[in-house]
Amino acid sequence: MGRRRVSNNGILQGSFFMDGDTACAEGAICAGCRFFGGYPITPATEIAERMARRLPQVGGTYIQMEDEIASISAVLGASWAGTRAMTATSGPGFSLMMENLGLGIITETPCVLVNVQRGGPSTGMPTLVGQGDMMQARWGSHGPYETIALSPGSPQELFDLTIRAFNLAEKYRTPVLVMTDEAVGHMTERVVIPPLEEIEYYARRKPQVPPNGYLPYRPDPDGVPPMACAGEGYRIHVTGLTHNEKGYPDTVSVETQQKLVERLIRKIRANQDDIIELREDQVEEADVVVVAYGISARTAARPVRMAREMGLKVGLLKLVTVWPFAEERIRELAPKVEGFVVPEINMGQIAQEVERCAGGQAQTILVPHAGGGLHHPNDVLEAIKRVTSPQSTSAETSP
Amino acid sequence: MVDELTDVLISKHHPMDKLLRQDRLPHIWCSGCGLGTVLTCFVSALEKLDLDMDQVVVVSGIGCTGRAAGYLNLDGFHTTHGRAIPFATGLKLGNPELKVVVISGDGDLMAIGGNHFIHAARRNMDLTVICVNNFNYGMTSGQLAPTTPTNARTSTSPYGNAEHPFNVPYLAAATGATYVARWTVLHVRRLERSIIEAMNKRGFSVVEVISPCPTYYGRWNKMGSALEQMKYYHDKSTIRHWSDPAQADIGLEGQIIVGRFVDIDKPTFCDLLQGADQ
Amino acid sequence: MKLWRKPLDQDRVVVPRGEIHLIVERCKGCQLCATYCPRDVLEMSSLFNTRGYHPPQVRNARRCLVCGLCTMLCPEFAIYVEEVGHDQ
Repeated sequence: MGRRRVSNNGILQGSFFMDGDTACAEGAICAGCRFFGGYPITPATEIAERMARRLPQVGGTYIQMEDEIASISAVLGASWAGTRAMTATSGPGFSLMMENLGLGIITETPCVLVNVQRGGPSTGMPTLVGQGDMMQARWGSHGPYETIALSPGSPQELFDLTIRAFNLAEKYRTPVLVMTDEAVGHMTERVVIPPLEEIEYYARRKPQVPPNGYLPYRPDPDGVPPMACAGEGYRIHVTGLTHNEKGYPDTVSVETQQKLVERLIRKIRANQDDIIELREDQVEEADVVVVAYGISARTAARPVRMAREMGLKVGLLKLVTVWPFAEERIRELAPKVEGFVVPEINMGQIAQEVERCAGGQAQTILVPHAGGGLHHPNDVLEAIKRVTSPQSTSAETSP
Repeated sequence: MVDELTDVLISKHHPMDKLLRQDRLPHIWCSGCGLGTVLTCFVSALEKLDLDMDQVVVVSGIGCTGRAAGYLNLDGFHTTHGRAIPFATGLKLGNPELKVVVISGDGDLMAIGGNHFIHAARRNMDLTVICVNNFNYGMTSGQLAPTTPTNARTSTSPYGNAEHPFNVPYLAAATGATYVARWTVLHVRRLERSIIEAMNKRGFSVVEVISPCPTYYGRWNKMGSALEQMKYYHDKSTIRHWSDPAQADIGLEGQIIVGRFVDIDKPTFCDLLQGADQ
Repeated sequence: MKLWRKPLDQDRVVVPRGEIHLIVERCKGCQLCATYCPRDVLEMSSLFNTRGYHPPQVRNARRCLVCGLCTMLCPEFAIYVEEVGHDQ
């Protein structure tokens, strides 16, 4: 099992051979997660299993709730008790969590929600890969809001991005989604866990004023309010209703609604340079840019290489952060390239975002996959060739 | 003009105000609604409990009763419909020092939140649940609830309810609650005492409070004024401590069995969790 | 109070006397206090508060024994009693 060391505090350090789900759980523990409320669901069950074993060793609490609705509710509650909390699920459970994801957003509750995506809709293909929940991650809960979603493409990335998700959640006081998939969750690879002191830890922003001067929803200049938790003497009132800075419901004022919703959206959008992480490979000089995320970014590497061997100038733009969408970067590239190729394991979700941002300046070709498997390299290669061949001009994002 | 009230001293503050969010009073509940009295009994119970009020947290769901958390000067959470109990579970496990009380309505706790209720009881999660039962969904103007008595009329059972209602104490007892009591809002002293006992109880404690909804349920079922409805529940009540809660069904007419039904000791979820870790 | 015999501890019993306080604007005129006062201290007035409800008033101040039932029953935190001395 390689160089392994379990320190006195129960945190792992060293080099391991582990699957993505396990790496996710270990990442959470390194990030300071001490509460997991979950419900078993393929292919995310291994995260719950690992947490059930590991959390008691580091002084945390694991509870298997009665369903995914209860899981996310308990996670929100635990976060308000001052704990770093997470849950992990897959498609059907993700659907059940949508309402309370909204509660987390409007009450500005830091927490992490992992979706190990599988083939859908409905029960679909529980043991096989899918990326069909990407738009649900963005729009799944009702009402206007902005969200943060990360998409790892390997167990190591799942480890790293789980840590990042916790830090972003605390920094921007919002639920953060880790949108991984079955292929990554069940892939076993080398995962390096650095020493704890090298792992970033963004501590929760606490109020600097006494309770009588504290307004729970008065933001700092970056749009994020400091957070007092239950039991700290601040006597906070937290509600899912539209609320003013005091946290009191104000459900009939259009001004209050506008102020709240605008701030919830602005605190993400205004900080998108900090939130959005992209990995680019030869994008600057490319005629065709393959835009992909998660396991699809990894499988796209081969067709990109094949195309380059054929003499085509192809770049690979990997969306590590899927939401907020890398709108500016796509707009910037659109006039410089001939087209974007978007392989994703769904029938066209992020491709629509790419097409929107390309704004007709470059064509967008979707390489769809209904789920249950990965793209064949030739399918992506064909799409790349279609961009560069003269007869193809129109945008194609419908399957 | 109110100065003309005979022998009354006009005040600005109430002795219980320190545990209330005065800037939110008067509350939204209708005249004659029992919810305010439940809140009074709860505050009165808090005053008698030897607790650090900074550690007391109230969690509510959605509905008329769901607004309770917002009137108390405690840490309060107004969550989504039916999810007060799992949210409270997370709070309690996140910080076991907290004293977590769920105050919510029959529709919230028994219908959409029914699954959470029975599982929290089964786990013996260390929570106190005050379930205010007014037999209908008052906030949304009086629809059928899982506690609406058979044949009772509501806006969504205009020909009479064709369903059998939940018997809350029986459900709580059967699923594992360690303390179960039921009172009407007019049993103020007994209700206050039961809230104290429930909050002192380790484990999942449930207090059901029968409360009038004069605006909707009372009107649909021709129960007269708020006062008459409240008096009706009180007059129909028979105190039968430690009786079998299976016998405590509530019909459209007939008696309402109230009292303390269950008071047992068994390990809580946290007790067993700590035991398992060692 | 008329007694059919003198209680043995009568010299030690003190009967508290109370004063009724009202936060008029919180009252919603539900009549619980006036209806259930065991000593008939309260009655509903014919006056209105600014919200259009009739608040209670005191009919017989001397009868109040500070039992506090009105305080407990009031759903509005609008009425309370304070003890102001006692009768022997």
